Amino acid sequence: MAAKTLNINGKQVSADEGATILEAAIEAGIKIPTLCHLDGVYDAGACRLCLVEVTGVNKLLSACTTRIAEGMEVHTDTEQLRKYRRMTLELLFAERNHTCSACVSNGHCELQALAWQNGMDHVRYDYCFPRWSVDASHPRYGLDHNRCILCTRCVRVCWHIEGAGTKNVAGRGAKSFIIDDLAQPWGDSETCTSCGKCVIACPTGALFTRGSTVAEMERDPSKLAFIVNARERKQWVV
Amino acid sequence: MGRLRIATVWLGGCSGCHMSFLDLDEFLIDLAGKVDLVYSPLIDVKEYPENVDVCLIEGAVCNRDNLEMLLDVRERTKVLVSFGDCAVTGNVPAIRNQLGARSSENVLQTAYIDNAQANQRLPSKDGIIPTLLERVRPIHEVVAVEAYMPGCPPSAQRIRALLECVLEGRPPKLEGEMLRFG
Repeated sequence: MAAKTLNINGKQVSADEGATILEAAIEAGIKIPTLCHLDGVYDAGACRLCLVEVTGVNKLLSACTTRIAEGMEVHTDTEQLRKYRRMTLELLFAERNHTCSACVSNGHCELQALAWQNGMDHVRYDYCFPRWSVDASHPRYGLDHNRCILCTRCVRVCWHIEGAGTKNVAGRGAKSFIIDDLAQPWGDSETCTSCGKCVIACPTGALFTRGSTVAEMERDPSKLAFIVNARERKQWVV
Repeated sequence: MGRLRIATVWLGGCSGCHMSFLDLDEFLIDLAGKVDLVYSPLIDVKEYPENVDVCLIEGAVCNRDNLEMLLDVRERTKVLVSFGDCAVTGNVPAIRNQLGARSSENVLQTAYIDNAQANQRLPSKDGIIPTLLERVRPIHEVVAVEAYMPGCPPSAQRIRALLECVLEGRPPKLEGEMLRFG
């Protein structure tokens, strides 16, 4: 495959044609904050945390869904981007009820970690305090809509690694929510194989193993990339 | 310059942040040598005094008493620090905001009637419950705040880092993992 050369933060970088800006940056050791990105499944550009500036383009682009081009000049850490990332994080916190202190993922949450890593010391927007439920109908797992950020990692692993197609998104905008099958209780789903990949993929406390209490929910999403790598490349890299 | 006048205030919270303050252990002795603690639930002073340099304020704004206290504190304090997750985000006290526009009525109904195992009745004695606000708010939604100390509770190490800024005459500011919520 032909390689393309681009410039990220003043550093000359080359990556395979067809690679995304995010892939090129990771290969070059340049860190871009991500939340909806998950190794092993395709990218959705859902969370907007990986926004970057590309010279000559007058809008911000998500690094996970933008392909590289020859001679592209990318900036990943400007004052404007830091400002927007913090706003994005604050909006995520304001949109649902992320009560970190009472969450199963407290201390192991990707959203919580991104908040402090990006200097979020408080949320400047009014919290929405929407009323969402918890689906505890599945014998092994639970879904707490209060903690969901609609990153769709669970949907993508369910369809594209497990191939079950149980999880989906219903509704529009901030009122969108994760559903099982035809928006029925998870425990009544006929397609769910109870594999637990959605639970492993969740970056927050929205999906959890039943019986876990505050701060007990830990997961290892690299297991998902391991499965995909083994399946597609026949490489069993632990 | 005279000694710094420091205060701590407890609004709608569990007092866990103040317990964490006591976890400062021997640093409290150093602190006592350098500042005057002019108001706190930990000492016996009834009225919030004038000319306070720095105030750590724990808890969310849940009721009329909290609100009146906060307005006095703001007026009499130079540097106000939101102390802990309830002050910074509303945290657990703000969960009742999910009960909707009439959350002040609904929360009493939920706690004392719907979920009560026995003696289902609303507390009715005059003044036994301060008038609840319709919406529980973090401090900065009500008055201006100079610094934020997240954490439930913030660790003693975090409280010390912020107080050291104050003692060194710098504007208090926490960074990095010291900003983690929860």
